[in-house]
This record gives sequence, C-alpha cells and structure tokens, in this order.
Amino acid sequence: MKDLNEQDFLDWADAYLREELSEEEKRQFEAYCEANLVHKELLEWHRTFVGDLKKADARANFKRDLIRIGQGYGKSYQPKSTTKVISLWDKLKLNAAVAAAIAIVSVFSTLWLTGYYKNLKKTTSDYSALRRDMNTVKRNVNAQNAAIQNIHNTKDNAKETMHYGATGFMITKNGYVVTNYHVITGADSVHLQNHKGESFKANIVFTNPEKDLAILHINDSTFKSIKSIPYTFKKQDSDMGEDVYTIGFPRDEAVYGQGYLSSSTGYAGDTLAYQISIPVNPGNSGGPLLDKEGNVIGIISGKQKGLDGAAFAIKTKALMETLNSIPADSLNGKNVVLNNKNLLHNLSRTDQIKKLQDYIYIVKVY
Amino acid sequence: MSKGKSDIQIDSEIIDGIREGDNLAIEQLYQIHFPPIAQMIVNNRGSREEAQDIFQETVMVLYSKINDGDFVLSSKLQTFLYSVSKRLWLKHLTRGEAKYHKDPIDDYGESLAAEEAIVDHEVIEERLLLVESSLNGLGEPCRTILYDFYIQGKSMTDICEKFGYTNADNAKTQKYKCLQRLKKVFFKVVNSY
Repeated sequence: MKDLNEQDFLDWADAYLREELSEEEKRQFEAYCEANLVHKELLEWHRTFVGDLKKADARANFKRDLIRIGQGYGKSYQPKSTTKVISLWDKLKLNAAVAAAIAIVSVFSTLWLTGYYKNLKKTTSDYSALRRDMNTVKRNVNAQNAAIQNIHNTKDNAKETMHYGATGFMITKNGYVVTNYHVITGADSVHLQNHKGESFKANIVFTNPEKDLAILHINDSTFKSIKSIPYTFKKQDSDMGEDVYTIGFPRDEAVYGQGYLSSSTGYAGDTLAYQISIPVNPGNSGGPLLDKEGNVIGIISGKQKGLDGAAFAIKTKALMETLNSIPADSLNGKNVVLNNKNLLHNLSRTDQIKKLQDYIYIVKVY
Repeated sequence: MSKGKSDIQIDSEIIDGIREGDNLAIEQLYQIHFPPIAQMIVNNRGSREEAQDIFQETVMVLYSKINDGDFVLSSKLQTFLYSVSKRLWLKHLTRGEAKYHKDPIDDYGESLAAEEAIVDHEVIEERLLLVESSLNGLGEPCRTILYDFYIQGKSMTDICEKFGYTNADNAKTQKYKCLQRLKKVFFKVVNSY
C-alpha cells in the first residue's frame, strides 16, 4: 500500500475521523500515516478544517439562538427604554432648578444694583412737572462754599432745604387753596404770597398723588376771609378749540398765558386731564386754567418734553372728586363751599385778570 | 455562604448549557446578566439597542472561550461578563480614537483577562466566519453535499440517494471536488489578507 492519490486518502481519512473503521483498519491507517509524512500532514490539516466547519456551524446556530432570545427579551423590556429621557430629567432636575434660581436672582439683583428700576420710571416718562427750582445755582454755590469753609469742622452743618416755587389759587372764600401734589411733596413748610407781596403760611390739608392735587388751607392770623371769589368751577368737560388762559408764577411776577384747548385727554391718554396749547414753564404748575367766561376748567400740571405746545391741565372734575374725598375731620369744621356766582362773565380779558389776580398765589415750598 | 455557592452552581450550569448550545442557558444568561450590563452601557451614553449588541458580542466571547477547550472560570461569571462588556463598550466608544484607552480606575488584572479573551475570540471568530462564508459561497450542490457529510455526519449512501447519483464512487468524486474548491476559496481569501 504505497502511494494513494489524494482523493482516496481523504476518503480513508474521513472514514477514520468519523470512526467508521475497525480497530484493525485504524492501525493500518495510522501506520500508513507514519510512513507517509505528506499525507500525515494532510490528515492533520483536514482534521482541523473539518473541525472548523463543524464549529462554524455550531457557532452560527448559537448566534442565531442568542439573537432570537435577545429580541424576545428586548421586547419584554421595551417599556424601560422609553424612560431614558425622563431619567435624564430626574437626574438634572435639581441642577436645572438651582441654575434657574441663580439666573433669576442675579439678573434682578444686577438690574436693581445698577439702578435700572429707578431710571426706568424717569426715562420712560417724558412728562415734566412744572415746579420751579428756586435759586438752584445760587444754592449749589452756597452749599459748596459752606462745605469748603467747614471742611475741617467735624460737625455737620444743617442741610440746606430744598426750595421750590409754583402757583396756587383760591377755591373757597374761607382760605382753601389748590395746587399740584408734586409741588408740595417733601415740603417742610408752605407759604403763599399774593401779587401784592403779602405772604401767608399754609397747611397741607389733603393730598391726592394719583390726580396730582393738593389742598392747602391758609393758616395765618394776617389772613382775613374774603367776601367772594370772582370765578366759578365748570364741572362739565370743555370742548376742543375753546379759548383758554392762565396766570402763573414762572418767575416772581405773575405771567399771563393764552391759548386753546387742543385735546380732551392728557398725557398718555389720561381722561382726567386736557391737553392745552399755552406756553408754560416751570412755576406754572398749580395755576388755574380759565375759559373766556372766567370759569375755572382745570389746573395746569405739566408738559411733554420735546414736544412744542403740549401742556397738560387737570380737569375740574378731578378737583371735585378730590374735594369730595377729603375726610371730614381734616377740615376742622371749615367746609369747602365752592363759589357759584361768576363775576367775570361779561368783563373784558384785562378786567377779568385784574379781578382774578388777588386770588392767585405764588406757592413757596421750603 | 450558601448563596455564593448557589451562584457558582448556576454559573457552571450556564457554562455547560452554552457548551451544548442549550437555549435555556441563553435565556438564563440574559435574565441574570443582561440587566446590570445594560445599565452600565445606558449610563455611559449608550442606547438600549447598543446594549443588546454589546451583550451579544460578550456572550460570543464567552462562547469562544468555552469552546476553546479547557475553560476554567477564574472569577464569577458576572465579573467576567461585566469586564468583557466594559472593554467592548470602551472600544466601541473610542472607535477611531486612541486604540488603547485605559480606564485608570480599572482593575488591571480583570481587564487584562477580559482583553485576552476578546482578542482570542476575535481570532477564532474571524477564521470561523471565513469558513462559513466560504462554504456558503460555494453554491449548490457542493454546499449541501459538504454540509450533509461533514457537519450533519450523514453517510455517503444517504447523499447518493438525495442527489440521485448512480453509484457511491460518483458521489465521492463529487465530494472531493467540492472540498478542493472550498479549500481553494478559503485559501484565496486567507492569502489575500
């Protein structure tokens, strides 16, 4: 049994590997392999290759089973995978809350620290109240001089009081006077001076910051009750285009201003005010607004910055509402009785003014 | 300690089951060992599907090791599977980046064993996949003849009947030719590497 060809040898080898040979034949085969080294090598190789074939198949089957079972398992576990986002949120919830809180606090504290809220009110309003800063420059210079002189003094000098001027006018013959609330805010004392130069001390009886009105009462021994007030108060709204005029104290002398009622609402659509076209200046605040018959229809209060000829006057209606809301005990028994007899009715404008100006005061606030 | 002992028993049961290709063993493997590994992967930027893939790969590593001959479990099966999964997931994450990215807090010995098992598995897997694809690429009737004879272990007489060969010698010649072709295909691919 010398050289077998490869095919026959492999058949024999297959039979050997599959253990189909008898003991006798096995020994023969092994002997043959020992004698024929080329074929012995081929046998080893064939054994490995066939083994690999079997292993590959077993592995493929195993993998198929694994994937099949894994799919079944994955399906039964499906609900868990949907909670991924929620679990992420659960983890980050605290961080997010802390971050949001810090952000909010820092934003608002920064805005507050930089004075944003204070400026907000100032910058968004181009409404300008018309009280007059008296002697501003002089006072500043004086304050500086005093500061320089007292630079070595440890004790603080009494602060220079603020000093404002505006207009007010009489509403009853027993001494009630109306002016703007913004005129007397922060006032230590209020003095009224008429065009003759007589000065009276006044109390603040009532204020209404929303309507920007303040009711004063002359509280001075030199003041005598007057017989009557020449003008009346017109409670109905006046019409656009009506001739109006005012007298005020933008300086220390009374100044007459004339114009017309240009709109029936005030600043930013305020229905309790008129827009009027009269040149007004700081100091005109609190002055009476009269129509051509001599009825008071409003109280000058302010003007719009950067806009020519847009001044505002509070309607008489607002004054009436304010007067009605004064608590009885603030009045000390001196009731507010408005005049209802108009003495200016048929007079010319110059005569009207002559009669009027006794009842219009310069309001000095210290 | 009785708990620990039963763990070891379960482990060896599973290993025996896998060696025999038992589906119950695979199911048990999934039930006991998949959840912690899936948790680890999902917590490390992985999806549920990726966890499945990694786990199956891990089981294949285990399979390679078990069928590689004398497999002795040096630690608990859970530890082995966990560290293999971790290595595989790390490799998956660092694909295209540094090839060897070592976790500094890794248990060195454990990860080394895992790495070895993975490398061995990859070598075996590559060869066997090649064998499989070569066989599948042969075409009929060669594939079925070789499959029936070598894998199913059918006798040549059965094959003769199935394919209608007139005598066993014809079938044997056909089988030999097919085997030669298979070897040729296999070596062509091996040598082309």
